[in-house]
Formats: sequence, C-alpha cells, structure tokens
Amino acid sequence: MSGQETGPSGAYTAHFRVWRGDADGGGLEDFRVEVHEGEVVLDIIHRLQATQAPDLAVRWNCKAGKCGSCSAEINGRPRLMCMTRMSVFDRTQTLTVTPMRAFPVIRDLVTDVSFNYVKAREVPAFVPPAELSPGEYRMQQEDVNRSQEFRKCIECFLCQDTCHVVRDHEENKGAFAGPRFLMRIAELDMHPLDAASEAGLDRRRTAQDEHGLGYCNITKCCTEVCPEQIRITDNALIPLKERAADRKYDPLVWLGNKIRRRGD
Amino acid sequence: MATGTEPAPKSGTRGVHDASRAAIPARHLRTDRWWLAPAVTAAGLLAFIAYSTWRAFANADYYHAPYVSPFYSPCLAQNCAPMHGGPNWQIFGSWWGLSPALLILIFPLGFRLTCYYYRKAYYRGFWAAPPACAVAEPHAKYTGETRFPLILQNIHRYFFYAAVLVACVLTYDTVLSFRDAHHAWGHMGLGTLVFLANIVLIWAYTLSCHSCRHIVGGRLRHFSKHPVRYRLWGWVGKLNERHMLLAWSSLISVAVADFYVFLLASGVFDDPRFF
Amino acid sequence: MAHVDRQTWDVVVVGAGGAGLRAAIEAREAGLRTAVICKSLFGKAHTVMAEGGIAASMGNVNDGDNWQVHFRDTLRGGKFLNHWRMAELHAREAPDRVWELETWGALFDRTPDGRISQRNFGGHEYPRLAHVGDRTGLELIRTLQQKIVSLQQEDEREFGAYDARLKVFQECTVTRVLKEGGADGGRVAGAFCYERESGRFFVLEAPAVVLATGGIGKSFKVTSNSWEYTGDGHALALLAGAPLVHMEFVQFHPTGMVWPPSVKGILVTESVRGDGGVLRNSEGKRFMFDYIPDVFKEKYAQSEDEGDRWYDDPDNNRRPPELLPRDEVARAINAEVKAGRGSPHGGVFLDVSTRMPAEVIKRRLPSMHHQFKELADVDITAEPMEVGPTCHYVMGGVDVDPDTAAAAGVPGLFAAGEVAGGMHGSNRLGGNSLSDLLVFGRRAGLHAAEYAASTLTRPRADQAQLDAAEAEALRPFSAEGARGSDRAPGPAENPYTLHQELQQTMNDLVGIIRRAGEMEQALERLGELRVRAGRAGVEGHRQYNPGWHLALDLRNMLLVSECVARAALEREESRGGHTRDDHPEMDRHWRTVNLLCTLAGPDGAAEDPDPARGRIRLTRRETPPIRRDLLELFDKDELVKYLTDEELSR
Repeated sequence: MSGQETGPSGAYTAHFRVWRGDADGGGLEDFRVEVHEGEVVLDIIHRLQATQAPDLAVRWNCKAGKCGSCSAEINGRPRLMCMTRMSVFDRTQTLTVTPMRAFPVIRDLVTDVSFNYVKAREVPAFVPPAELSPGEYRMQQEDVNRSQEFRKCIECFLCQDTCHVVRDHEENKGAFAGPRFLMRIAELDMHPLDAASEAGLDRRRTAQDEHGLGYCNITKCCTEVCPEQIRITDNALIPLKERAADRKYDPLVWLGNKIRRRGD
Repeated sequence: MATGTEPAPKSGTRGVHDASRAAIPARHLRTDRWWLAPAVTAAGLLAFIAYSTWRAFANADYYHAPYVSPFYSPCLAQNCAPMHGGPNWQIFGSWWGLSPALLILIFPLGFRLTCYYYRKAYYRGFWAAPPACAVAEPHAKYTGETRFPLILQNIHRYFFYAAVLVACVLTYDTVLSFRDAHHAWGHMGLGTLVFLANIVLIWAYTLSCHSCRHIVGGRLRHFSKHPVRYRLWGWVGKLNERHMLLAWSSLISVAVADFYVFLLASGVFDDPRFF
Repeated sequence: MAHVDRQTWDVVVVGAGGAGLRAAIEAREAGLRTAVICKSLFGKAHTVMAEGGIAASMGNVNDGDNWQVHFRDTLRGGKFLNHWRMAELHAREAPDRVWELETWGALFDRTPDGRISQRNFGGHEYPRLAHVGDRTGLELIRTLQQKIVSLQQEDEREFGAYDARLKVFQECTVTRVLKEGGADGGRVAGAFCYERESGRFFVLEAPAVVLATGGIGKSFKVTSNSWEYTGDGHALALLAGAPLVHMEFVQFHPTGMVWPPSVKGILVTESVRGDGGVLRNSEGKRFMFDYIPDVFKEKYAQSEDEGDRWYDDPDNNRRPPELLPRDEVARAINAEVKAGRGSPHGGVFLDVSTRMPAEVIKRRLPSMHHQFKELADVDITAEPMEVGPTCHYVMGGVDVDPDTAAAAGVPGLFAAGEVAGGMHGSNRLGGNSLSDLLVFGRRAGLHAAEYAASTLTRPRADQAQLDAAEAEALRPFSAEGARGSDRAPGPAENPYTLHQELQQTMNDLVGIIRRAGEMEQALERLGELRVRAGRAGVEGHRQYNPGWHLALDLRNMLLVSECVARAALEREESRGGHTRDDHPEMDRHWRTVNLLCTLAGPDGAAEDPDPARGRIRLTRRETPPIRRDLLELFDKDELVKYLTDEELSR
C-alpha cells in the first residue's frame, strides 16, 4: 500500500475517521493525513485543522495531560488525545476519533459537558472548622494522603463519560453524580478538618440519598480510563459505600458510636 | 457555554443513541477484543458453580482422615460423616436431611457473592451491565444497587465477619491435617500442603476484602491518632490491590482442596505421605 | 447591525486562572455582582501547569524567613527593575493568601509538625515554596474553583439561583473592552464578547473590568504555554488606551522538551538539575564549565569533581555551573546548538541516568520520569533527555498602580497576574508567579469592587462601538470579497499559516539572543503579517470554529509581538529576560528606564494598510525610586552593581 510508505524522518500517511457534525446529525469522515515520529493523536487532529479542515472543532489546552480538556474516544475508548501516542497503533490501522458519547454533542469533537458543572455545584463545599483561623490549620501528611490522591483529578470527565450509569441511561443523569463527584464527596469526607458534621451535614448519608452512590455497581470503568491513575473505585467509591453502610446498614457501628460518642 | 446551562431534560432511554449525542449508529467502536475478559470471567465462574453444585449436593466423599473438604467444614448436622477431632458440631441436629454442605456454604457463598470484586465480575460477565467499558449495555433500565434485592450488597461486612469464622475453622482443619490417618500428630502428606496453600489463600482473600480494609482503618478520619490501625490499614491495602488475583486463586484452591479430598475419599488416589 | 444581548454586571473579570478567580472571589465577597469570562472550560486555565509551588515566607521549614528576605530575593531576581512597591506588597501578603487557601479546602504537603511544607527553589534564600507534589498549580486552580462554587451555593440558598451574584461564562472570548464615549473616551463601560460554542455576540456591561488573561507565549514557536496565551489582555489594554511596561522581558526556561515535536517546549523542571542532572553536548562534554561568566567565577565550581562534591557538601564546595541563573544556561545551550554540537533533535542532553540509581530518580522525579516515558518513550533512568530553551513567561504587562492594580490612564480597568507588569522586573523567580496571582488577584478584585461600588452613574457604551466591534469580529468570514478602504487587496490568508509564520519570526528574530538587525527585520515581517492578517479568512460558520477564533487572536498576538520587538530593540543592554548580543552587559543607567508601549495613532482597527507603519509607540519613563528602608535591606556592595551613582548618593 503506497499510503503506508515510510518517509524520511519516519513519517507516514495514516487513515483517520473523525466524527463531524453537530446536534442535528453527522457522521464519520475519512481523512488521509501525514504522521511524524513521536506524535500524539491531538497533533494529527491539529494537522487536519491546519491543512484539510480548518473549522474542525476540538477542545484542548495544555497538551501535556494536565488540564483534561482534550477528552474524546479513540477507537471506541475514552482517552485524552494529547496522551495517546500514535506509536501505540499499527500503521495500517484506521483510527476512529469521536466525541465523548455520554454527553450532548456541540460540534465535531466538542461536547457539552455542563452536566459535570451542574453536579459539581450540588456537592456541598468544604466546611472550614469554626474554631481555627487561617494559618492555624495543622494536618498530618498521612491524614491528607487519601484526599490528595483524589485532588490529582484533572476533571477530564472521562470517568463520567465511560460510566454506564449515565452513558447508557440518560434518565439517570438527574439522580447520579458520577464517579468524579462521588470521589469529591469521599475527598471531603476524608479531609481531616472538614467540619460538615458539626454543621449538620452528613456527607455519607447524602452520598447515598442525594448523589446516587447506590447506582454505582463498581464495575471499575472509571478507574480503567483515569489518565491520572487515580484508583477511583477502590480508594474512593468503595470506601464511600462502606462509610454509607456504617451509617445506614450497620447496627454494630451505630451502637458503638452511641456508646463511645464518635468513631474517630 | 455558561455554567448556568442546565442539561435539558431528556426523554427516552437510548443511552449513546440519545438524540442529543453524537449520531453514531454503532453501539461501540472498540476494535480490541473487549469481549474476551467478560467471556473468560463468565466461563470461569460457571465452571466453579457447576463443580461446587455437584459437590455440595453430592453429600459423599468429603472426609478422608485426616482431611475434611472445605465445602463441608464445619459440618453442622447429625448426618455428617464422623471426623475424629474434626469440626463436627451438630447444631442442626437430626432433622436436617440434605447435604450438610448446604448449611455452611451459604456463608462463603454470600461473602463472595457480595464481594466488591465478584460483583464487578458477574455484573460484567453475566449481566452485561456493562459488558466492557464504553460498550453499550443491552438493558433499557438501570437502577444499580439502589433497590431490593441489590441494595442487600451493602451487608457485605456481615458476610465478612462470617467468612472470618469460617476461615478460622478451615485453619483448624489445616492444623488437623498434620495428623495421619490414625489421628496421630506430627505427620504430613501432600494433602497437608494442599490445605496449607488453600488456607493461606483463603486468609489472604478474606483479609484483602474492602470491608476489612474499611473496618481495620479505612473508617478513621485521623490515621495519625491511631498508628497501629494505620499500619494495619496499609497492609490490608497492599493485599487489597491484589483482591482480584486472590479471589480467583482462593476460588481455585478451595476447589482443588475439595477435589483432592474427593479423590482420596473415593479411593481414586492415595495421599503420598512425607513423614 | 443585529441587536446583541446586553447583560449588566458590577465587575467583569476576564480570565479564570489564579488571578482572575481570586479577583472574582474578592469582588463577590464585597457584595458585588461579578461575571468571570474565560476562553476555556472553567478550571482548565494555564495555572494548572505550574509545578513547583507558591512562594510565601511563612517560615514553616526555616524560621529565619520573613517578608523582607523574600522581598530581597525578588528584587535580586528581577535585577532591581521590579516595581519596589509591588514586590513589597507581594512579599508581605503572600503568606496570608496561602493560609486562606487552606480555609477553602486546599491540601498542601505537610511538615512533620502538621504545617504547610515548603521547598527550596532557585533564587530563594530559604525553603519557601508551599507545594503539593509537583502539581501545585492544579491544587490552586481547583481550590479557587471550589471556592467559587461554594459562594454560588450560598447565593443559591439566599436567592434561589447559583448565578445570582457570581457567574462564570466559560468558553467565551472578549474582543474589546468597551468605553464610555468610544475608545478614546474615558471610563470603562464593559466588554464585548463572543461565545465560542455558538459564535453569538454579547455585551457584559460593567463599570469595572479586571484583566487576568495571562501571557503571550503563543507568539513564539517553542513555548511551554497553551493556546490560550495569545496576549489577549495585553492587547485589550492597549486598544483601550492603557500602556504596557517591561515588554522586552520574556523569560526563556533553559530546559524544555525538544522531542517529540508534539511536546516541544513542555517544561523539564529545574529540580532535575538541582538533584544532580548534568548538561552535555553531542561530544559528551559538560559544556557549562565553558560558560561561567566572569561575575560568577567565584561562586561556581571550576571542575567537574568540585561540582559533583557540592551535592553532598555544599559548605565546602561551589555549586556546578548547571545551576547558573536561567538566562545563562539558556544562552549556553543556544550557543552549543548553533555551534553544531547539539543533540539529534536540536537540543542538548540532560542526563540523570548516569548520576543516580534508577530507584532514586523515580522517587525524586516521579513526574519527569512519567512525562518522558509517556510522551517521548524515553526512560530517563537509562538514557539522557534532550532539552532546549522554551518561551515560558512574560515579565511585561499592563502598567498598573501597585496598590490597586488599576491600569494607568483608563478608569475602571484593572489587571492582575501575568498580564500585569512591574512585579517581577526583568526576570521572575520560580514560585513567585502563583503568589503574584493570589496577592494581586485579590487586590484587583477588591479595588475593582470599590471602584464599581463608588460609581454613581453607570457608564454605557454607545451602539456605534458595538457595531464596530461586531464588524471587526466578523471580518474573517468575508476576507476575500471585501476590498475595504482600509485594507490592501489580495487573496484570503490561512490563519494557521499566518500564526506559524509569526511564531517562527518571533522565535528566530526576537528570541533568547537578540540583535538589532534581526529585530528590525522582525518588525518588518510583523508589519507584513499584520497586513496579511487583515485578510485572514475562514471557512464554515460561527459555531465552535477554531479557525475563526485563531483569526481573531492573531490581532492580539501581532500587537503584543510588536511591543516585544520594539521595546527589545530600544533597550540597549542585557538584563534578565532580555539578552542583546550587541550589548551583552548590564548597564546601571538603563535601570532607571521603563519602556512603555502605547497604541500609536487613534484607536481604530489594529490594521493599517501600510506595513511600514508600526502600531506601537514607545515612551520612556523613569523608574520610581525605591523606598529608603527597603534599600537598607541590601549591602552597599550589592547596590553599587545595580544603582547609578546618582541614586546611591540620594
């Protein structure tokens, strides 16, 4: 095949299929595009913009896997385009790039991710302890490690995209916060100084009752796609389920707390 | 797009084919062999279910001194085979006429059924909810673990407590396996090794449980105030990272241990004795 | 012209990075209705790229630290060109700004006694950078974002709407700051914006506008900056009539990735060298020993042995020359590559693999190990990295009042963060950027709110101004056909091509090492590009059309690039982020000179049919004298290197 000839600096021509369209419809469009050594998928999309499709819509920012803007689906798998190297694919393979399929499409590879911002606003914020002034906070490293892992999140929303609870069931979007924001609740519940309970807020109970923790059936796709390698399921969602079980399903813990006032 | 934009209420349950989403007819565009993992999982689990059903209802060939099959331990009915010094505790008396395995297997079964790893395995392998990541599931409706019966998955920790007791009994059985066929102590056979391997894996699997991780330390807010529990939590966390591996290896080892006893009890094979 | 939607707010903040969000929080907490407008999604701003930390003299690790020491370090770093008052406010207020983040939920790394841990960094006398591993910027942006959300939750409880008093317009761009009575008029009246998603225009009317748009790196080919860094705020200020200061000072970080092409420019953190990494050329030689300037001869090791001993015994040995200031190292790498001793992809080798065991590398430099593994397929524990200089930060920006962050000459316009000038002088210290965002973001928000609250009559932009802004924004759609009076005829130009040529021009001719002749050439090319940019045309429609967005950003990049080139040509000395091959020494007399850039001629469009006529006029202003008690923080011996005899005798 002449298209796959290797040029001087390892350049070759690749076959891309990119979804183009908007909310009214669209489809996969074929492109033949040059690929150079060491490039990532986002580079190829940019080359398409610069040479063949100047109005090809794509969202991106840092191009270094730190901002989480260029989320899309490559050969059907949710990924960051800037962190997907062309060298992991066979040169003769056709690469299919589509927008995230759990969110409404705006145009081409850009989706309307406002669902996530709505959900973010529904999670009650950190409650500062009333008795401490700025500068008086004292926390041990081992007590902040867990929440720090969750704060590595770059909000690429790939976990939200891949989660079948909302991906396959639009009607669940109202009741389910999604892995990213259940993890946010876990982060706050594990924060060593969060004073939510003093303010009358039970994060564990509301995780179950208001943010749809029960919808999660821990099939771990969120963890599989996380570009930051956060162990969302094992370290955030399951511990949160266990904490909710403490509150709602465990009379022993309930009794213990009654006797010794608080468990921690 | 302003943050004020509420997602428009959508009707229909078409998932990735919802009118608002990118119009792509295919249910998924994955090009890898995504079906392999759920297929292997389902096959493995089915094989174990078939084997264990046969053995649990067989009500025979589960004791060959000094070994008792882990499927029948502890033996809680009067119709149990007598096991010298073994776990014969006739709590259920004589009215129980079925296989005594059924009385006890409910606990390890419940433990594994509500285990966070196995849940993932069978939700994916049997229910196809979802079959694999970013592959559309076939169901029109999904409520997850929010209602009966799946809300009962939350009682996993009680099965964990029970599983710890069962593991203690199996440990006792392993100790008993250091006897010979005449119940004299200080002997070892190939079965002893099988039992040892099995009990190590059973404990490792049991302790690697997510509920265990929560109970020993995960529920604490301030690790710094509980250094011992923090350390325990760290160890359990290390095991927990291998929960899937331990789930499978202990599942296989328990079947192997049972099968080994079956071979001995049915006279197909003779236990090689070391001393 | 069609009617554009007008919304009324009290304060409009342009940009949602660290400075913008901090300003918005302050303005909203002052009770004013505040709108934030940003080009990307909320929470994706370039601030997330910051790795090292936030400089603040909390003294948690070494209690000898205090704001005076921080002030001194900052002034030394900026080669005494910093606005002393900004440096003072920055050093004094930074600790409060960091502690405040904790009350909003930030989780910094801790010291053994539970306080915020602080790390060493180049130019800082004590361990001073509050950090979270090497993702401090992400922590900062997320914390501010979540604080905004918590304020919105308060408003939802009180007014029933999250957006009642604080709203984020994400993926929207401002193309003009509107003024009462036209562009030559007085007070700020709002901002003209378009929504990227729909291409719809709208106007945010407000008496106060805070610019917090970051830097200009996208005018250079090799940069660590993201696409957003097109100098929007710089250009908006210029077009609104505000001057820019210090535009000749652009910081090039010596070590950016050079390969693969997709990641060219991405930063390789300074700690690689701090932990023992060495620079080698293609002959395997540690060339930095050949590049120690005379003024530093006493302070740096003269042999590899001595340099190597320094890591374990810094008291009895001098540090290796790999740790010279950023500008020196960048220059040396540049010279090696030009002399043909570069690496295969046009950089030099930065090697830790032969210096430390693999385990140590993975422990100390986890993100670098990950970055090279993922992006370049290079295992830094086994082979050297290829690195080269990359455009990193612009010290120059809007000329502001140090206390209020108000832009000079335009009532109601404020600027904070990288878009504001003066704070860092000729060179910024690592870690001083994040603290700058917080300190001056807050001040800008506070004073914008005060200004807006004290405004009795709301200024209003007339329809003609809106029509002009709309016509300007729509021009790329009619590029070919239109042969308007103010434009040279010719074929439509591809905005991507123009952008590439601009980046190449700035990189080659106004880059790290500058020469008068090259800069004159650059100005010529910029003029031609400007004329061609007037014909930049795009296909398709207005809905999420990146070609169109780029065509509009070109105006800003061209204006800012001209500022850089003109100011750099004017300043005939080398200082900090400005190196002249033809004037290699620092000259004390230039310290008293601030170069201000203003728009030449009446506002009008940024286009001019004659490429030879520049759009930027330079004026000189004397640097304000440093307050006496602050000067006394330095030894006389040190001051004589920087201050003129006249200043010293005062």
